[in-house]
Amino acid sequence: MSGSFDILIVGIGGQGTILASNILGEACLIENRHIRGAETHGMAQRGGSVESHIRIGGEFGPLITPGQADLLISFDLLEALRYSHFLKQGGKMVVNSHMVLPTSVFTQKLTAPMESEIIAGLKKHHLCLLDADSLAVEAGSPLSANVVMLGAASSAMPLKYESLLEAVKRLVPKKTMEINVKAFETGRKAGGTS
Amino acid sequence: MERKYLLGNEAIAHACLEAGVDFVSGYPGTPSSDVIDTIRVQPDRSFYVEWSVNEKVALENALAAAWCGVRALCTMKHVGLNVAADPLMTSAYTGVTGGLVIMSADDPFAHSSQNEQDTRCYAHFAHVPCLDPASVQEAHEMIRDAFLLSEEFGLPVIFRPTTRICHSKGDVDLGPAVTSTRKGEFHKDPRQYVVIPAHTRVLHKKLNEKQAAIRKRLVEKGFNRYELRGKTAVIASGIAASYVQELLPRGVSFMKIGAYPIDEEWLGGFVRKHEKVLVIEELAPEVEECVRQVAGCVPVFGKKNGYAPYEGELSPAAVAAIMEKAGFLPKNPFPQVSPLQGLPPRPPILCAGCLHRGMFYAIKKVFKDAIYPSDIGCYTLGLQLGTVDTCICMGASITVASGISHSGEPHDVVCTIGDSTFLHTGIQGLMNAVYNGANMTVVILDNRITAMTGHQPNPNTGITATGVEIPAVSLDAVCRACGVNFVETVDPYDITGTLNVLHEAKKRKGVKVVIARQMCVISARRAGVKRGRYTVDKEACTGCGTCVRFGCPAIEFSDEKARISDLCSGCSVCAQLCPVGAIGREGKR
Repeated sequence: MSGSFDILIVGIGGQGTILASNILGEACLIENRHIRGAETHGMAQRGGSVESHIRIGGEFGPLITPGQADLLISFDLLEALRYSHFLKQGGKMVVNSHMVLPTSVFTQKLTAPMESEIIAGLKKHHLCLLDADSLAVEAGSPLSANVVMLGAASSAMPLKYESLLEAVKRLVPKKTMEINVKAFETGRKAGGTS
Repeated sequence: MERKYLLGNEAIAHACLEAGVDFVSGYPGTPSSDVIDTIRVQPDRSFYVEWSVNEKVALENALAAAWCGVRALCTMKHVGLNVAADPLMTSAYTGVTGGLVIMSADDPFAHSSQNEQDTRCYAHFAHVPCLDPASVQEAHEMIRDAFLLSEEFGLPVIFRPTTRICHSKGDVDLGPAVTSTRKGEFHKDPRQYVVIPAHTRVLHKKLNEKQAAIRKRLVEKGFNRYELRGKTAVIASGIAASYVQELLPRGVSFMKIGAYPIDEEWLGGFVRKHEKVLVIEELAPEVEECVRQVAGCVPVFGKKNGYAPYEGELSPAAVAAIMEKAGFLPKNPFPQVSPLQGLPPRPPILCAGCLHRGMFYAIKKVFKDAIYPSDIGCYTLGLQLGTVDTCICMGASITVASGISHSGEPHDVVCTIGDSTFLHTGIQGLMNAVYNGANMTVVILDNRITAMTGHQPNPNTGITATGVEIPAVSLDAVCRACGVNFVETVDPYDITGTLNVLHEAKKRKGVKVVIARQMCVISARRAGVKRGRYTVDKEACTGCGTCVRFGCPAIEFSDEKARISDLCSGCSVCAQLCPVGAIGREGKR
């Protein structure tokens, strides 16, 4: 069995899960560690549920097996629940408290669970819940919510703070670097050090 | 040497630059598109890159370049190889002088495809070598070697990554890109390039004579290799080999197949050293059939005796389950877990402001219970709106529509096809429908780009793959040249105007074409088009739900009122639909 640290990032197409995966990859390169990843591309991205698998120290396949993830980072509250079975016992979850209701709720009259129900469901796990949308606005741009989420999850990853920060600086567009560094720091503070 | 964290397709693209590729062609198709999308923006070296109009066209172009002695790459998805199958089969006879690598990306589980066909079967059929990587790093090395292999044997080489290679990532060691360029030269040789019966019979024999040496070479190259460790063995190919390696207990031998054709003598020698053998591969039992031929009395476990599935993609958990069932793992290391049931699904959906949604609304309004053949593109999502009744392969909306029209089916037939798909294989169907007197309406959803696969330009966009501006093809003129008399262009953001034209089309006999033209909202956003958002007047909204049923992801509904979220791109269609005029442009009310 591999000794990789397995992170599943989930969200909705367009929320920036791919950039988040690239930042983790870059941080691994900085630390000279192997990494494997897999992600959703193509039409599935059009507002659909997306997942990005990241295996730090991984040397084999890129896919994380359900029930085996060490860390789940969810950019949307409902998606956290959808993918919660991926987390292993004792795994950690870092979740954005914001929820985008799927259009199926309106067009097919389906019911989405209430926010309080979702949070109660997630609390079975080691949960860190934060309002990444507001924190991103605070950092200077709503588009930086993905970096806020990475910051919040950063202390739960086996990667150095310095490497992650350097990776953020290298990969975000130059003109948004300052905002994204702030977003990372804000997220890190909100995520705590556990 | 440089190490980077790259998408499989980016690593493949880089390897082609390291191999000094001179000519690149292809048609976009998930999961293959990012290779040319990466290559076409390389500024460092001058070589030829094109997005072709379809895969047959792409392969014939690349083949010709390889005949001229330059290195050519042709990319497509697995079903694209069906379109290119005609030149493929005979290109193995003519052979090549410059390296020709055909990348055909398979999609087990059909993540973004209409079927789960296996490209390895085509390689077998055409008698050309096929390379099947197990990781991003191996994909990089294999495609670089594929050019050499192609030149060594004078044959096209098929490179077959799967979605989990193309769209997975890894740290990859890269070599330097070649800086020199080659120029092609065509040396006339009719016995090689003119496949009249007298020539082709000889070429066929030559092709068959090459096979034994190819089998040996693929083992020498290390693409097919094994480790002897015990009395039982697992043989795996492609990405499944990576999953097996993670799980393989000590004391079980392992053979990795990464290239075809497999040397049977070599394979038989390995198999017969074991008491039982398990074969794990995705899709067709290509390796397994070969193993069964040489196994003699050694028991073989695989798809054919129900230990492994023929369908879908494998995963570490699936591989563990197969190994446990066949007795190669004492216990599945992954306890079974199930996802939570009953959550509202979040499938992909047409973007807020997508022209297709407005057009589908108008079509349904006018043609009601008509039959709606459709095609391959973002607009296949019109299934959710009740305006997609068939979808089989590229270009088949028009041909299926004419077939239904001639069958005697009494309802109206209205088909939808995107601009890129129309240019791919739609035109022939249109010409055929007119020629044979079908009664039908063809709606060309013209967003001026190949959107679904990542916004590649096509002849209708007005720029080439490398960004050179060219005169865009006139869809209107093409349709008229096919003999269509009723060709009207509408703006699908203007619902009234669109409805009027569709009503007119419905009244007429014969083949009618309506071109629905509006930029893809994603390209519009990238181009800086700003339309201003729309908002709902809470007082005026009666909660009737008309706008919600339109299915735009920007429209939400709570407390009996509609609300428009910041996903709104300002197409204004919902405002036109609202029966009480409660929707208006933000800041203008």
